[in-house]
Amino acid sequence: MKLSEEQVEHIAKLARLGLTGQENKKFQKELSSILDFVEQLNKAKTEKVEPTAQVTGLENVSRQDKSLAKSRKETEKLLKLAPQTKNGYVKVKAVL
Amino acid sequence: MSLNKLTIKQAHLGLIKKEFSAVELTEAVFGQIKKEDKQIHAYLTLAEELALSQAKKTDRKIANREKVGPLAGIPVAVKDLILVEGIKCTAGSKILENYIAPYDATVVKRLKQAGAVIVGKTNLDEFGMGSSTENSAFGATRNPRDLERVPGGSSGGSAAALASHQCLAALGTDTGSSVRLPASFCGVTGLKATYGRVSRYGLIAFASSLDQIGPLAKTAEDAQMVFEIIEGKDEMDSTSLNPPTENNPAKVSIKGLKIGLPEEYFIEGGDPEVEKSVKKAVAQYEKMGAQVIEVSLPHTEYALPAYYIIQPAEASANLARYDGIKYGLSEPANQLLDVYLKTRQHGFGDEVRRRIMLGTYTLSAGYYEAYYLKAQKVRTLIREDFAKAFEKVDVLMTPVSPTPAFKLGEKTADPVAMYLSDIYMVAVNLAGLPGLSVPCGRVGRLPIGLQIIGRQFDDEKILQIAQAYENVSA
Repeated sequence: MKLSEEQVEHIAKLARLGLTGQENKKFQKELSSILDFVEQLNKAKTEKVEPTAQVTGLENVSRQDKSLAKSRKETEKLLKLAPQTKNGYVKVKAVL
Repeated sequence: MSLNKLTIKQAHLGLIKKEFSAVELTEAVFGQIKKEDKQIHAYLTLAEELALSQAKKTDRKIANREKVGPLAGIPVAVKDLILVEGIKCTAGSKILENYIAPYDATVVKRLKQAGAVIVGKTNLDEFGMGSSTENSAFGATRNPRDLERVPGGSSGGSAAALASHQCLAALGTDTGSSVRLPASFCGVTGLKATYGRVSRYGLIAFASSLDQIGPLAKTAEDAQMVFEIIEGKDEMDSTSLNPPTENNPAKVSIKGLKIGLPEEYFIEGGDPEVEKSVKKAVAQYEKMGAQVIEVSLPHTEYALPAYYIIQPAEASANLARYDGIKYGLSEPANQLLDVYLKTRQHGFGDEVRRRIMLGTYTLSAGYYEAYYLKAQKVRTLIREDFAKAFEKVDVLMTPVSPTPAFKLGEKTADPVAMYLSDIYMVAVNLAGLPGLSVPCGRVGRLPIGLQIIGRQFDDEKILQIAQAYENVSA
């Protein structure tokens, strides 16, 4: 499977990854060779086979929904990790 | 003998007999780091202050004649993908270069409760994506057995730190090979536990249906001691679980043990010396009374391609959280979309971007069924292969990797060549089984690993089987 420049650009945009023209060329080649490799799977017979998403068989695991009263120290620790804050909130660029 | 060269078991005996203190043991480890790590580059962050304060606690307990557990005062290194409160956790990525962990991962909490001394955070391929530790944003780690060669990856820093006696044990993580490959390349023992036996809470997520934290240690006995502390259901990880029955086999007997050799794992193309060493180890088990049976895992050839669909797909979803807003690198831009694009372009390395794009592609409209769903079906076939084999045998033995450690730079230009190093290991993760690597000889000075694969929940059993081999080969 050969990926075109437009396809790589489209994938990068979906993945929210900026890409230079040169990077696009490099990834076209590399992603195409990985896709060639994984396409070996086409030979595997999988009619009537159920997919496996997980291996433990656990379902609907829950725990008590208790709120943890966070201290100011805890809040500040998390806010300090955010690149930009204002009045105790994480600051985000306008979406619209 | 230098204190930092001791096994956990030896160090524990020395501590409780008061032959030396935990502070002395910790200082010996930091002395070695200062001497060795300039050339090996196993550590990204050292936690000397924290380590010495933990060591002092154990010394006080011993002085007060309190009973201490086997890990008390033992210096342990932690892969920099696992959170230790108040210490930087970079995941080997520029995007988390200045991220300070706000809490302890469950495994770290359990280590601390057991009195272990956290030495520091070890180097890795960015987010665990790699087989050589060359994909770290902070420079490669070198193999202590041969500085021209890679330590394996992605837990290369943990394995290299251990092999060069810069810690007594280490934690790694294994999504497709990342504990076992570096263990084999550096000549130490490493366990990838049954999926779910070790909590992933506080582990930076890579591919969540495959990731497991596991111990690296100088002996299988040591690995078991670490595993006993970190394993067990954790309510903070809903995929964690305990074995359905108490399966702590008092003593596994090698006599009568049925060992399966999957024919698909002994094929042309690898280093013949590797196969020779592995077969020699198997012959040793035979001498000890085991029965060796040829088995077949017919879908083996599909394991790596299926893995390279499922793992990047999960990674692309998990790594969507790095958006330059909540934490981590943030590149300034006029519009929100450009903040995302620039932050992720500059924050992630090439291998991470390759996998995010690959996963995005295989999950995108029109391709999902051909790639992702197909791979999930193949995952079922691979599990069934193992289930059938385990009807006939108790464990499987295979090489860990087709070759010993390769040279730095040898495989960086060709992603698929790098992926092939993991060919004998990824099926174990897809099936959620326990697998370990134990040293079984050398090519020149380069160590070789024997992989032992067990049934689901047979972690303790394969550790004991490895130990039986170590006891006779030591």
